[in-house]
Amino acid sequence: MKTIQISTTVNGDALETLCAPDETLLDVLRNRLGLTGVKEGCGTGDCGACSVTLDGRLVCSCLVLGVEADGAHIGTVEGLADHDHLHPLQRHFIDGAALQCGICTPGILVAAKALLDRNPDPSESEIRYWLAGNLCRCTGYDKIIKAVQSAAAEMRSA
Amino acid sequence: MAFDQNSKRIFKVVGSRPPRPDGVEKVTGRALYGADMTAPGMLSGAILRSPHAHARIVSIDTSAAEALQGVKAVVTSADFGVPDDEFLRDVQDNCMARGKVLYHGHALGAVAATSAAVAKQALALIVVDYEILPHVTDVDAAMRPDAPVVQEGRSLENVGPGLSQNVTSYCEFGHGDLDAGFDQADLIISRSFKTAATHQGYIEPHACLASLSADGRGDLWCCTQGQFFVRTLCAGILGIEASQLRVTASEIGGGFGGKTTVFIEPVALTLARKSGRPVKIVMSREEVFKATGPTVSSSMDIKIGMTREGRITAAQAQLRYQGGAFPCGTVEMGAQAAFAAYDLAAVQTQGWNVLTNRPKEAAYRAPGAPMAIYAVESVVDELCQQLALDPLAVRLMNAAQKGTLSSYGPTFDDIGLRATLEAAQAHPHYSAPLRPNQGRGLSCGFWFNFGGNTCVSLNINTDGTVGITEGNPDIGGSRASISLMAAEELGIPYDKVRTIVADTSSLGYNDVTDGSRVTFSVGLATIEAARSAIKVMCGRAARIWGIEEDAVIWEDGCAKPAGPNAGAFPPMSLAEIAAVSANTGGPIAGHFEVNADGAGVSFGVHLADVEVDPETGATKVLRYTVFQDAGKAVHPDYVEGQMQGGAVQGIGWALNEEYIYGADGRLQNAGFLDYRTPVASDLPNIDTVILEIPNPGHPYGVRGVGETPIVPPLAALSNAVSRAIGVRLNELPMSPPKVLGAIMQRG
Repeated sequence: MKTIQISTTVNGDALETLCAPDETLLDVLRNRLGLTGVKEGCGTGDCGACSVTLDGRLVCSCLVLGVEADGAHIGTVEGLADHDHLHPLQRHFIDGAALQCGICTPGILVAAKALLDRNPDPSESEIRYWLAGNLCRCTGYDKIIKAVQSAAAEMRSA
Repeated sequence: MAFDQNSKRIFKVVGSRPPRPDGVEKVTGRALYGADMTAPGMLSGAILRSPHAHARIVSIDTSAAEALQGVKAVVTSADFGVPDDEFLRDVQDNCMARGKVLYHGHALGAVAATSAAVAKQALALIVVDYEILPHVTDVDAAMRPDAPVVQEGRSLENVGPGLSQNVTSYCEFGHGDLDAGFDQADLIISRSFKTAATHQGYIEPHACLASLSADGRGDLWCCTQGQFFVRTLCAGILGIEASQLRVTASEIGGGFGGKTTVFIEPVALTLARKSGRPVKIVMSREEVFKATGPTVSSSMDIKIGMTREGRITAAQAQLRYQGGAFPCGTVEMGAQAAFAAYDLAAVQTQGWNVLTNRPKEAAYRAPGAPMAIYAVESVVDELCQQLALDPLAVRLMNAAQKGTLSSYGPTFDDIGLRATLEAAQAHPHYSAPLRPNQGRGLSCGFWFNFGGNTCVSLNINTDGTVGITEGNPDIGGSRASISLMAAEELGIPYDKVRTIVADTSSLGYNDVTDGSRVTFSVGLATIEAARSAIKVMCGRAARIWGIEEDAVIWEDGCAKPAGPNAGAFPPMSLAEIAAVSANTGGPIAGHFEVNADGAGVSFGVHLADVEVDPETGATKVLRYTVFQDAGKAVHPDYVEGQMQGGAVQGIGWALNEEYIYGADGRLQNAGFLDYRTPVASDLPNIDTVILEIPNPGHPYGVRGVGETPIVPPLAALSNAVSRAIGVRLNELPMSPPKVLGAIMQRG
């Protein structure tokens, strides 16, 4: 299959790359652009480890084609921190021990940020339902929910 | 390594909750997991898997695949030797079928090509002629004498007559006079139970990157719980020397026991050897479900007698576990763990391991214990219900304690079961009111814990910082707990210590990260390594001061003159001693090597409240509290994390998760959509209560905590649901149709 050239903006950087017509956005990000913070847990949109934003919309990058990123703005976990300044969600995940193995963490952080961008003061139940598409097998979710709550509280008071 | 008895020790940093050292890498996406590594000239590997549950491989024709542009190597079992060692041969045969495919998804060929797309195309060009054989996937069916035989000649002599060759081994534990015990009972209940196979469900699929040169030197990067064991297995299978194969453990995206063996690693090495290029293999989620993991499924009979006051007079269990297509020893663990929580005068457990046409069972958190204890705790709860006794009071009346002859042989030392039960009894959760359709369940849980082979090197850097080299992948914060113990012992701040996980060429052998062993065993070795470095530092200070070495003590991170010289010289800090080490004898280090025992068993008690929807049979967990003895919680956040994570895996096992096989022997739910692990919206907060009853076998009293918490949820949930609907359930998972069926039958 002939590759197609795409122009995309990832975490604010304008990038050009080639991709095959049947190549997923996940594979483009990981294999062509070196953004291995985006994880593949299932490839079928069930686990959320590959969560990114596409023009602000939260998507599973394994269910999006690379060519759909042409002309779009993509946000990944690599874009959450401002240089060496961690995003409050990242800080609260570390301080609140909200990760064990850490493989689901990039997707959960991206998803949680997308939630707080829309709703700065979500209830526990809203957080749990928003993150229901992001599987974590280590934590039982307890400390993840609490870290999102404490990050949200800090961001509201900032 | 005995508990420091002198220490009514006031810990300075152990027990605090500092940020984990690998936190920033993991929240920024920089941490490198199995699939994140690349190498120049790397090829993509892919594996051909059996579409059948059981078939003879009549022939494999790989010529068309080999001829495809971009294909650099194709391998089958013909490219592997046949190891003499039976265990190693089973591991290899599971990675690459020889003669027969034994389960749906069993690997029988592999290719390496210039891209993943070409590799996939090449797999479709491999022509296999199968002679399909009868199959069996159910444990009880597989035991019958007329069952299809999965593997011939694997049955040990201790298996009694009248059973299929699929029954590979038998075990028996216990003591006392059962008949006399049952005679004393006012009520005897016998019940049969079944549990489904479940998968560890780590979110990271298996992945590796292998290179192997013509001279037999190799490098392997992979996600594993034990790089040294991976080296042992791969070197054995490939016929190369351990020293020539360097295995580096990537960050690991969950394991829970499932990454304690190899699946793709020997295949990638063989492809790398044949192609002369590095080869990367990454499993798909479907492959993970079909060909790795799962735990055993079980069929069990339990009989327990109780007096009307609640004393258990006799207890008996018969456990039948299927561990897939290769012999396993998992039922032994279940048979030993089944009644561990009880002080019993008469107890017997019997177990049978059984082959079926399913994937080779892999360890899953407290392997073998959850199902056995589920069955036992269900019958204990039913006895309590029928005799109108408080289930916690009954547990306390029968609880094992220090001095109890355990049901599996040893006499217990200090254990925390009684304290844990008392904490549960006193907790507001236990007396909170329940509404209609709600029920409360409880269960005890137990795990043996393990120590094992462990090496730690500790280097004092000249700037006063400390580097620790250990050999166990960090699956949930162990770098933090090890750094904390080093800081505690040396008397320096936590952030002056950096702990790294070494590759197999940089440290001596370390057992796999399993058995809840790392905080216990690596922690113990770290403390001893620190003590040996302290001895060196005291010697250096003595030399500087011109006094005897044994006249120097180590206190608060400093060498101090003691005895007649006390106060004669100002204390020298670790940093001060390190700074001048070049002038006092050279670099300063400590190391410790041990095959650690004294791991100290672990008990937990879980309380679960559920509400069952009588219209649908769906169960909602309303409230959940975990009580567990941690010995000493080194980093309480990560102890709680183990308790919460284990509990939720157990909740999934109890309510949703199961391997579903069709009549054709094919796995029907090899994906997260149909294999339903708990999601955030299914659950309440998981409350935790840590108890600290010091383990006599560790200097700080540490016990492993990782496995026990998956044990109690099965029965805690089953008892809660049974009480909520007024019908006893005896099969897992308690999926809505099963619960609804039970409600309808009740009328």
